[in-house]
Amino acid sequence: MFDSFFAIVARDLLLAMRRRSDVLTTLFFFVIVVSLFPLGIGPELDTLRLIAPGVFWVAALLASMLALEKLFLVDYQDGALEQMLLAPQPLSLLVLGKVVAHWLITGLPLVLLSPLLGLQYDLPGETIGVLVLTLLLGTPALSLIGAIGAALTLGLRGGGVLVSLLVLPLYIPVLIFGAGAVEAESSGLGGIGHLSMLGAIGLTALVAAPLATSAALRVSAE
Amino acid sequence: MLEAVNLQCTRGDRRLFSGIAFELQPGELLHLQGHNGSGKTTLMRALCGLVTPTEGEVRWQGRPIRGQRDEYHAELLYLGHKNGIKDDLTGVENLRTACRLAGNPINERQAWEVLERMGLRGHEDLPSRVLSQGQQKRVALARLLVSRARLWLLDEPFVGLDTAAVALLQEVIREHVAGGGLVVLTTHQEVELTSGKVKRLKLGWKRDGDV
Repeated sequence: MFDSFFAIVARDLLLAMRRRSDVLTTLFFFVIVVSLFPLGIGPELDTLRLIAPGVFWVAALLASMLALEKLFLVDYQDGALEQMLLAPQPLSLLVLGKVVAHWLITGLPLVLLSPLLGLQYDLPGETIGVLVLTLLLGTPALSLIGAIGAALTLGLRGGGVLVSLLVLPLYIPVLIFGAGAVEAESSGLGGIGHLSMLGAIGLTALVAAPLATSAALRVSAE
Repeated sequence: MLEAVNLQCTRGDRRLFSGIAFELQPGELLHLQGHNGSGKTTLMRALCGLVTPTEGEVRWQGRPIRGQRDEYHAELLYLGHKNGIKDDLTGVENLRTACRLAGNPINERQAWEVLERMGLRGHEDLPSRVLSQGQQKRVALARLLVSRARLWLLDEPFVGLDTAAVALLQEVIREHVAGGGLVVLTTHQEVELTSGKVKRLKLGWKRDGDV
């Protein structure tokens, strides 16, 4: 049964390898947005340290948003989605495969690059560590939640704008606890509570989002 | 085996067809006929469960397909207007992925052999985007040669194929029906069967003088 899951992950990673520009756009978007703030605000180190968690998280949200539109669109257009709907395995498993591949392509590079970008904000080592940890916990949740929106708006005109309106409000809890954990940690309060909440959101999304996405896909593909 | 009970589908406010009923047994081929817009494709999609009919139901082995989706899909191969092949993958990769998703993995050598039989020798490891329309269709149709599904739903399988490929596909369909398979297809081309039975279903109606 899990073979189909791995088949989808392998296929999507291979497709991303063949079409690297799509991967790099999301990553560069994140890098540029994060780098614009120090340039705009100036070398005010205290301010930069203060806004860093918020900026990183908002940029991550927007980058994840940017990549969502294409999540199911290409499959829908070339008919691969129909074949997925007709595969003799639970659709939610295939959806999870697509989301995992999507996160590996658009989420993970962003997490790996964030320590480097953190230097621009004069963040101490520990804070950077917590930031990376929150992104590592939070970005999979973003991909999972976003998949529901991408599935719902599939095939609609102006789907790209609609998906942002649908999904961004759902991202708010992840944003609050993600950025909150870093702030709490750097102010000495300890961010473990925030991190637990982030983990809980991630686990809930892991269970519920593939089911919701599958249901939405069946409706959208009709 | 495959049964349609009083099927009705609507698109928006317009009723595409209603009261469609037929039964298909192993070794039978159903030829759907009808003018453009008569609902052939919608009926096909309703038969495989992609579209929910507004009335009636589709049954497989006497039970509604809604309640046995995974079992039904394991017996089903649907090829629609969209080929479902990826532009950036080669013929071999496309075929192997499709087979793996259908729960019937094949190895590299088998994939090469099948594509060669489909007349794609020398094109197996090119990305599908550089292939012609007809060649892409051949890649998609290659799945038929390795499929273990009993029920084939083929929506306009002959479109874009040259005469040699049409003959090959007719041969493949003939073999499948002779081996006890079920086929539903929409086409304007006749398929001569040597064994088994051809049923016909005509959709839509026209007055005299309509084009």
